Amino acid sequence: MARTLQQTPLGFAARYASLFGVQLRMATLAAMQYRVDFLVRGVIAFLWSALTLIPLLVVFGVRQQVAGWSFAEALVVVAWFTLLRAVLEGAVSPSLTAVVEHVRKGTLDFVLLKPADAQFLVSTAKFEPWRIVDVGGALVVFVYAFHKLGHAPSIAQVATGLVFLALAVLILYSIWILVVCAAFWVVKVDNLSYLFGSMFDVGRWPIDVLRGVWRGTLLMVFTFVFPVALMTTYPALALLGRLDAKTAMLALGGGILFAVIARRVWRRALGMYTSASS
Amino acid sequence: MSAASDAAAPAPPAATAEFVRAMRAFPTLLRIGVAEVVAYRAEFLVWILTTNMPLVMLALWHAVAADGPVGRFDQTQFTAYYLGVLVVRLATSNWMAWQMSMEIRDGTLSTKLLRPIHPMYTYAADHLSAIPMRILVVSPIVVGLIVTSWGRLVRHDPKLLLILMASLVGAWLLVYFSMVLLGSLAFFVDSAMGPFELWIGVHAIFSGYLIPLEVLPGWVRGAANVLPFRFMLAFPVEALVGLLSPEQALRQLGAQWLYVIVTGWLALRAWRAGIRRYAAFGG
Repeated sequence: MARTLQQTPLGFAARYASLFGVQLRMATLAAMQYRVDFLVRGVIAFLWSALTLIPLLVVFGVRQQVAGWSFAEALVVVAWFTLLRAVLEGAVSPSLTAVVEHVRKGTLDFVLLKPADAQFLVSTAKFEPWRIVDVGGALVVFVYAFHKLGHAPSIAQVATGLVFLALAVLILYSIWILVVCAAFWVVKVDNLSYLFGSMFDVGRWPIDVLRGVWRGTLLMVFTFVFPVALMTTYPALALLGRLDAKTAMLALGGGILFAVIARRVWRRALGMYTSASS
Repeated sequence: MSAASDAAAPAPPAATAEFVRAMRAFPTLLRIGVAEVVAYRAEFLVWILTTNMPLVMLALWHAVAADGPVGRFDQTQFTAYYLGVLVVRLATSNWMAWQMSMEIRDGTLSTKLLRPIHPMYTYAADHLSAIPMRILVVSPIVVGLIVTSWGRLVRHDPKLLLILMASLVGAWLLVYFSMVLLGSLAFFVDSAMGPFELWIGVHAIFSGYLIPLEVLPGWVRGAANVLPFRFMLAFPVEALVGLLSPEQALRQLGAQWLYVIVTGWLALRAWRAGIRRYAAFGG
């Protein structure tokens, strides 16, 4: 799709940056159209975050430690989870859900006809700005957790944490692309976002709680196949200073591999697209 | 618009006649429903797979209960409880609110309104016809439940078994009517997705889906016992895995059916009020 680009890499980047700006502005305008919805959803996002804390409170109400994690440490995982869910539902999920709809109705034609990379266009088509509430919530949980732990993370730990945040977003996005690609083969899958959301929910807990299940099979699945562990537990470990360098490097490599595969599959899937009669 | 809403607001005296008509159409509706489920099996499977949270919670509580029971719950009890949750949830859950909100927004509801039977029957048939497929999906879990926790299940007391059956029907109806109530919101606001999300959250806590209600701290448990959510899930599950005495179960059954009637009445009112505002976009 990006064949028309015979410019310098810098011009290329600038063009996509400005395109991104336009898309973001359009999305915000569209979201502001439904003002009641906008407000209600902001409030709901907040309530929902509060609700998700209840299971954690209950579990740590009966035990001091679960699977080697204290309450404060588990809170760090929850904070990562909340932050990533804000990214997922604010920036990733809305646009990609729209792709599934495009494929079903055949309107993807209009995207493919535009002189820019199709993956870029569909990925930046929609944002839900009110998810920013969740980011605020996540920060509050971070602060509270480290207050309870009694020490702040070092600069190096924060830096590793940020690298892992970028990695987590990359993986999240890549898996979503893979999921969306499924729509090219099995057409009516517009509820995949719910499945994705429910799988992602596992990330609310430190991954070690799954260690005992079926001799760790589930742990493997959520570390390598659907790497929720890489998105919440590992960043939390990085921030807590409990992650060793080798694991960190492996995680980074795995994340990048995921992104490459997702791009490949997307190109393949696009080749499958046959439009629809309308 | 007017043709559609006239068709949807039949004169009250015709209600029995309409019921008879609907019952006659029901077998066909069910057949169509089954065909649809089979045709869109990928989507159906995805919905089913979304119900994976109890397994994660089970793993979690296993880790917690490894060094001693939590209240009445030891590891085996947790297994029985969460497998029970899966079975009841898969048998009774539906996604009506989601479907209604879609159909109201994109106007596909109009085709349902043009049919000579109330859309409530059509929707109910849609979801009832998914039951054979659901049984297929649920049966391995039921086997798992029997293998792991045979000793804990209700099986001696015929009275409890009857209550269990009635509670399952009640739970199905209660979920169905609440979903209609929630979906009717789409008539009044542009997008009902927000309230729907809140519903999922509140339901998850107060229905016993995430945590057995007994294990909850006092004030949440108090609220959970009064709210309708426990009657959608926790009550049948507790009856199934033998956490209730016959007297308790009977009392709760009464409360459950009271909720069914109230919610059913509210749902129909909301639908009536909403359908007058319906403006059938697109076509």
